Amino acid sequence: MKKHDTPMLDELENGPWPSFISGIKRLRDTHPETRINEMTNDLLGQLEHSYETRKGYWKGGTVSVYGYGCGIIPRFSEVGDAFPKSKEFHTLRVQPPAGNFYTTQSLRDLADSWEKHGSGLVTFHGQTGNIMFIGSTTDSTQHFFDDINEKGWDLGGAGPCVRTAMSCVGAGRCEMSNVNEHKAHRLLVNNFIDDMHRPALPYKFKFKVSGCANDCMNSIERADMSVIGTWRDDIKVDQEEFKAYVGLKGRKYVIDNIVTRCPTNAISLNDDDSVTIDNQNCVKCMHCLNVVPKALHPGDDKGATILIGGKRTLKIGDLMGTVIVPFMKLESEEDWDRLVEIAEETIDFWADNALEHERCGEMIERIGLVNFLEGIGVEVEPNMIANPRESSYVRTDDWDDEAVKWYERADAKKDTA
Amino acid sequence: MTEQKKQRSPIETGAPDGFQYMHPTMRKNFGQWKWHDHPKPGVLRHKAESGDEIWTIRAGTQRILDVFTLRTLCDIGDKYADGFVRFTIRSNIEYMVKDSEKVEPLIEALEKEGFIVGGTKNSVAMISHTQGWLHCDIPGTDASGVVKAMMDELIDEFKNNEMPNRVHMTTSCCQINCGGQGDIAINIQHTKPPKINHDLVSNVCERPSVVARCPVAAIRPAMVNGKASLEVDEKKCICCGACFPPCPPMQINDPEHSKLAIWVGGNHSNARSKPTFQKLVAAGIPNNPPRWPEATAIVKRILKVYKEDAKDWERINDWIERIGWPRFFELTELPFTKHHIDNWRGGRKTLNSSAYIRF
Ligand code: HEM
Ligand code: SF4
Ligand code: SF4
Ligand code: SF4
Ligand code: SF4
Repeated sequence: MKKHDTPMLDELENGPWPSFISGIKRLRDTHPETRINEMTNDLLGQLEHSYETRKGYWKGGTVSVYGYGCGIIPRFSEVGDAFPKSKEFHTLRVQPPAGNFYTTQSLRDLADSWEKHGSGLVTFHGQTGNIMFIGSTTDSTQHFFDDINEKGWDLGGAGPCVRTAMSCVGAGRCEMSNVNEHKAHRLLVNNFIDDMHRPALPYKFKFKVSGCANDCMNSIERADMSVIGTWRDDIKVDQEEFKAYVGLKGRKYVIDNIVTRCPTNAISLNDDDSVTIDNQNCVKCMHCLNVVPKALHPGDDKGATILIGGKRTLKIGDLMGTVIVPFMKLESEEDWDRLVEIAEETIDFWADNALEHERCGEMIERIGLVNFLEGIGVEVEPNMIANPRESSYVRTDDWDDEAVKWYERADAKKDTA
Repeated sequence: MTEQKKQRSPIETGAPDGFQYMHPTMRKNFGQWKWHDHPKPGVLRHKAESGDEIWTIRAGTQRILDVFTLRTLCDIGDKYADGFVRFTIRSNIEYMVKDSEKVEPLIEALEKEGFIVGGTKNSVAMISHTQGWLHCDIPGTDASGVVKAMMDELIDEFKNNEMPNRVHMTTSCCQINCGGQGDIAINIQHTKPPKINHDLVSNVCERPSVVARCPVAAIRPAMVNGKASLEVDEKKCICCGACFPPCPPMQINDPEHSKLAIWVGGNHSNARSKPTFQKLVAAGIPNNPPRWPEATAIVKRILKVYKEDAKDWERINDWIERIGWPRFFELTELPFTKHHIDNWRGGRKTLNSSAYIRF
């Protein structure tokens, strides 16, 4: 095997950060299988060619495994004549366990199967959350999938379908957690497994679950449906710990970094160094808990906020999700059923009403939030807005009827309370 | 008698249960954690109501892992930790151990193998990255290479906690931006309309859906040299590249004119203020493999000023909110141009409609 010269890529072997080029070269130079040596050699050759010409040379196509409509990202080389051994270099998207937990044994099993069938290159994880097995031929794709599918791994989504979801480490380790993130993650995607494997939706649909408003999973901005843990009773305060922190850092530091940084001015530092929180006006932003995690903790009446419609650029520009459910408990089986039901109503309505290639948030932008809420059977409420309408161009002939609905809902709430 | 081999039907198990792979101490104390602290960079200690502790050691890797590197990470996990790992959203590996004595030997083993311990709290975290020339079909640049080159330069900030607050950076190798929002984002920005290969369009592209894809309605069907093709109103075109994935003959990537742009102030967290989108601060930066020095220099300049000028706990968006954009451009010595002023739908709300001016 003649090794391709890679003078530009070689420069990425310099410097202290671990080098992916050195890793690919290890496969080329020391892997016992000739197939892998040759494949990674040609991969390096093509990549060097990209670096020289500043252009990409992969094109898509169709590759799938039996029974599924997606999950493989086909890659065929446009310069396959020069680099024949990597001319098919498909990526398999495989769903990670909720919370991204692995044992070393499970990783070794995956590595063993992957080097039997693929290039030996893998990423934990792609930006959507999949384990990405990078570099299989059309033939080996099915074999590799069969192998790992028997061990409990399933493909993720690609194309117009429900995509792989993500959940934070959450209750597994983090004291900020307010929901069972992993249960929410699995319940949601696994309920839509058919919509994941057989793409037939207007476009992609992503779920992400974060246990608190720190939103480590970036769900508000990146998920069509975002589930964020929160609580509705009081922040739990350990006053002795808080005083100890004030003693350590000084009153000025605490005022400058906690009191004045609260977005709703809900915190006062008392003269005896204890703290008082105006819990009714606390918006659970997490800042003060992040600063003093030993003294301040989420309350006990935990649940989740649901937002719909986050997405990135294409087509109308970036959108954040919008609050659809300000608070719901996620404890009883009925609570969890309701969560799934909200997802179902949303996806059904969106599937029926979106234009081709239109994300859920874009549809809401086009038809208005009120039409969407009517479509999924959720009543309006003021937590859904930052402020009421500013434009006077609105027809209000049924104002009185709408006002009656508001009072009826308020009465109903009182009765159940 | 040729018997066709029966195809195996997939087992549609979906997302696996993470519980089976979770450290026993974490399983035992699931949902019962009380507080955490941060004994040193790259190390977190979580304490449960029960009194149990779990120590987490976080390390940066090359993300594109070869099986050898993956096995090395596993070997370290077996020998120095309890065999349980997880990956963060930014592709760092985390080891979890119950006993504090295991922490130092584990760090030593990781560093000996060249992995970088850090990335916690107020550090510059691992840059989250996309696929690039290595395996995407539409990239204008590489992703792994940009990240490697930048992390080489930012490694001390990854290993230490000297930033006012955490810095989450992202890269994206096309304007679709799989990399997402970041405190600092380095993204491709095309500057010339697509070059159309008219011979291929009718074979390869579904023309009405390509026309529909354009955010500014700049594409229309046309006959070119007797063939059904598409044409672009080049005055209208914003060079976004959205037509390229559904129609590869509309080549948007250009070795010279696909540039890099830098955006700042994207923040996913709700802490202190609602989540924010990133804002354009620099463009026209050469896409210069293999080490992209011009982009790295600007990133380092922004980080330096942020580190000097921001207060504790201010993310980049919080900091700029306090000091204002004129001062940001002054401190970073980046040029302010007409392109910084948003003229997209709704852009007017980004203008200053007040008498608030800092002097
Ligand atoms: C040719 C087409 C495309 C390819 C090959 C591609 C590839 C990818 C890959 C590999 C990922 C990471 C996936 C994972 O974790 O499994 C990703 C994520 C993502 N893609 Fe694409 N993509 C394409 C088109 C698009 C388009 C058209 C959009 C936008 C509308 C888009 C937006 C995103 C976003 C926002 C993410 C990150 C999402 C998240 O954090 O959840 N991509 N893409
Ligand atoms: S989102 Fe909240 S609960 Fe989840 S890991 Fe982050 S801080 Fe913890
Ligand atoms: S969580 Fe946020 S809003 Fe609530 S008191 Fe703390 S800083 Fe204020
Ligand atoms: S940002 Fe664009 S080019 Fe890069 S991986 Fe995502 S879709 Fe591909
Ligand atoms: S690059 Fe963007 S704006 Fe230009 S024609 Fe294509 S889709 Fe339209």
